Amino acid sequence: MKTLNRRAHPYIPNSLPEVKEEMMREIGIKNIEELYSDVPQKYRLKKPLNLPEAMSEYEVKRHVETLLSKNKTYADMPIFLGAGCWPHYVPAVVREIVQRSEFLTSYTSYQPEISQGMLQALFEYQSMICELTGMDVANCSMYDWASALGEAARMAARVTGRKEVLIPKIIHPERALTLQVYCEPAGIDIKKVGYDGETGQLDLGDLRKKISRETAAVFIENPSYLGFIEAQVDEVAQEAHTHGALYIVGVDPTSLGVIRPPGDYAADIVVGEAQPLGNFMNFGGPLLGIMACRDDTDLIRQMPGRIIGMTTTVDGSREGFCMALQTREQHIRREKATSNICSNEALCAIASAVYMALLGPEGMRELGETIIYKANYAMKLLSKIDGVKAPVFSSTHFKEFTVNFDESGLSVKEINKRLLRRQIHGGKDISKEFPELGETALYCVTEIHSKSEIDRLAEALEEILAKR
Amino acid sequence: MFRQANWNEPLIFNLGRSGRRGHIPPKAEEEIVKSVGDVDALIPEKMRRKNKPRLPELSEAEVMRHFLHLSEMNYGVDSGLYPLGSCTMKYNPKVNETLANLEKVNMLSPYQEESTVQGILEILYKLEQLLAEITGTHEVCLQPAAGAHGEFLGTLLMRAYHKFNGESEKRCEIIVPDSAHGTNPASAAMAGFNVVVVPSDDDGCMSLGALKAVVSERTAGLMITNPNTLGIFERNIDEIARIIHEAGGLLYYDGANLNPLLCKVRPGDMGFDIVHINIHKTFGTPHGGGGPGAGPVGVSEELAKFLPVPRIVFDGKKYRLDYDRPYSIGKIRGFYGNVAVLLRAYAYILSLGVEGLKEVAEVSVLNANYLMKRLKGVRGLTLPYNSEKPRKHECVFSAKTLKRETGVSALNIAKRLLDYGLHPPTIYFPLIVEEALMIEPTEAFEKEELDRFYDALKKICEEEAYKNPEIVLNAPHNTTIPRLDEVKASHPRTMALSWRMYLKKLGRGSSNPYM
Repeated sequence: MKTLNRRAHPYIPNSLPEVKEEMMREIGIKNIEELYSDVPQKYRLKKPLNLPEAMSEYEVKRHVETLLSKNKTYADMPIFLGAGCWPHYVPAVVREIVQRSEFLTSYTSYQPEISQGMLQALFEYQSMICELTGMDVANCSMYDWASALGEAARMAARVTGRKEVLIPKIIHPERALTLQVYCEPAGIDIKKVGYDGETGQLDLGDLRKKISRETAAVFIENPSYLGFIEAQVDEVAQEAHTHGALYIVGVDPTSLGVIRPPGDYAADIVVGEAQPLGNFMNFGGPLLGIMACRDDTDLIRQMPGRIIGMTTTVDGSREGFCMALQTREQHIRREKATSNICSNEALCAIASAVYMALLGPEGMRELGETIIYKANYAMKLLSKIDGVKAPVFSSTHFKEFTVNFDESGLSVKEINKRLLRRQIHGGKDISKEFPELGETALYCVTEIHSKSEIDRLAEALEEILAKR
Repeated sequence: MFRQANWNEPLIFNLGRSGRRGHIPPKAEEEIVKSVGDVDALIPEKMRRKNKPRLPELSEAEVMRHFLHLSEMNYGVDSGLYPLGSCTMKYNPKVNETLANLEKVNMLSPYQEESTVQGILEILYKLEQLLAEITGTHEVCLQPAAGAHGEFLGTLLMRAYHKFNGESEKRCEIIVPDSAHGTNPASAAMAGFNVVVVPSDDDGCMSLGALKAVVSERTAGLMITNPNTLGIFERNIDEIARIIHEAGGLLYYDGANLNPLLCKVRPGDMGFDIVHINIHKTFGTPHGGGGPGAGPVGVSEELAKFLPVPRIVFDGKKYRLDYDRPYSIGKIRGFYGNVAVLLRAYAYILSLGVEGLKEVAEVSVLNANYLMKRLKGVRGLTLPYNSEKPRKHECVFSAKTLKRETGVSALNIAKRLLDYGLHPPTIYFPLIVEEALMIEPTEAFEKEELDRFYDALKKICEEEAYKNPEIVLNAPHNTTIPRLDEVKASHPRTMALSWRMYLKKLGRGSSNPYM
């Protein structure tokens, strides 16, 4: 293996000794070390680092594949996990496009004339996100929903000059934690609004108690973290706007073919997770944060991230695309920028653009319907099992729902262990996240879960609970 | 001569026909439909979507063709030299794409039971170890999604550290050099710090005198890249580290320029307490037209307890995710990081090995100095800040003279380079160089391609700018589209940031404001 290093490396064309010689001659040096002469000796590594020797391409591939073979995926067993990173089918065309080398290996489109393809595709992504959410402006990506929410809260604070954000008590705990971390340095306080124990819906009474002239924004999620549809969206909008606060709505975009879009209920800022639109889960990343707002100069000027805009050639002969409003960004505005974000998730946005274009309005509706059918079928089936309550809340559920096992006397942990022995992966254990809900798991069913898999889950649960 | 594809591709909203389909999602089984009943009845009336989203309606072939055409109107590092300074646009090995597209990665949920994800946890754990060894840090966290996200984490760690020591009120300033990347001051501000800027000396290094003048008990830390954005190694790094540490501050390494130091010098050994790594630069993962990247952060032993949750731990038998970290700053995103990107970096490190990584560093420096040496003779270009000093991974020329003598600016040169099928360098950065051309060739291009770049640049400056400036001033000519009006894209009257905004603007006036 050692000899590999003495040859030219395939990734380093000029590692060929005679080329190096030629180039050194041109520079006027005898040894590359001379180019490091200004680096103090005390910092130069005296012995090689403790790193592996080079492997051939075949060896690398085998090595990584062997490690990965220890994983069990949705292809190996039915898995009923979602909670912010969801299993969906990715059409073959999507992969074909995002693997196009001209997209894959390009940098941020600083030179628009040679990057029209990327810029137009990102503009189309922004535009389709606007159509789906009912908003006017979208940026071309944030890292994920959690960080997008953090940025949206800071954006709302800048727009309103206020320092308090209200969020629902039913929220993904990791998203709430990320929000907290983003807000703390900006001096923004976060307050939680309770929920109705029967329906899970936001407690409007509690919202009215907590909202004030200090409130920069009210945030809701739709569908909620626990999978139900929040139906008091107009009432929340009115509360927020009456108090001069912005209304931020977080979405799972797979619901928007069937569920009312936030633009329709007066949302000012929309965030969310577009991973399920054409991107794989990849163990939680990369993801694709949505960030959209109304056509309002105050909002747009405070928006973080790259935005692609339409323009024309200087001679006015043709329309084209380039980055817009760069004066908001770090490379120009530095410490006064709206955010420090530079690299984003552009290629994931391209994947989502292709996905939305493939599905179109009918496909998005059908996708939503299939999901809601399957999830509701699963709930119905599970709720028939003795010792199981599914869902905990009486509201309509989209693709995720709570399953409570209090009456069974078994913990979620124990049940999941026994399911796994039967080659089924149960829902996410949320008994620690929401202790008031008891032994509860969050299940996710999408278009990729077949009836027979759902039936198998129900049978397995029945068996496990019968044996308790 | 180079000529880029021009398909004159319409916006996707102007393609297709009502009723056409590009994809049909699975339908719910008949028995499910029967069992559940009317789907509309499930959704409360007021929450049903009434108007369909105005998404395009195309067949699968039309979608494929549309985006294929768009891809052909784009330039990637596989197309040719991409010498954007501080961006390290190197070759992205294809086997890494094969690996990142395996179902065994793609179809993993982050919340799976640990026993079902031992393979990916092992890869991530081992990658942390490799990166810690390469950077000379104690522990590495893979969570940040990008370099700037890593910087945000780094500044939050400074905040946590000073808070832990009861000094968070007092230590409100972060120092950056005037040559710093824009993300440094922006990240510091995001974490609630005031930014103090220190000028560079005549050698292009941080001025020690100026640094001493601003360091105080208010100093939370210093953010710096080394080599700096001029491609020059900060020769006083020893003294800088001493000054900052004696003042009670922390030293932050912006890893954008780590490439030339791989297996040669380690940030941790130079006294840096916090280091971020741009995986999509140094470790050869594709930049995807803007992302996704990954920005892992390595820290000293003292700071490890503040890292975000969860941490990947190994007990000798099993890999586990540990959330029990009482001093952790929390989380800066969902889940654990951009795993599919990190996986590629793991494969990249294995493909090069310890000797190969050193070769990467040395050849990246050789290439930069080779181009610098050749370009030094080009009329109209100058090399500010000690032109005799070797550079590391990049060199920054100024087109100030050329502009004065011919009217051709750095921007014009950049646009004209496009006509030669070459991506231009970063321009107008660092801010301390007038008419800057910031060139980072990386190790990934052969001498012949570097020579092609030199020949083109020489021709543009010496022949075209002095004899036929019009051709440069009106460039580009061979790209998909001629020069764009970037001001129009941001002007309130013409600003169209989406299809619906565009239609709204069109509808408002009698004439098309874009034409």
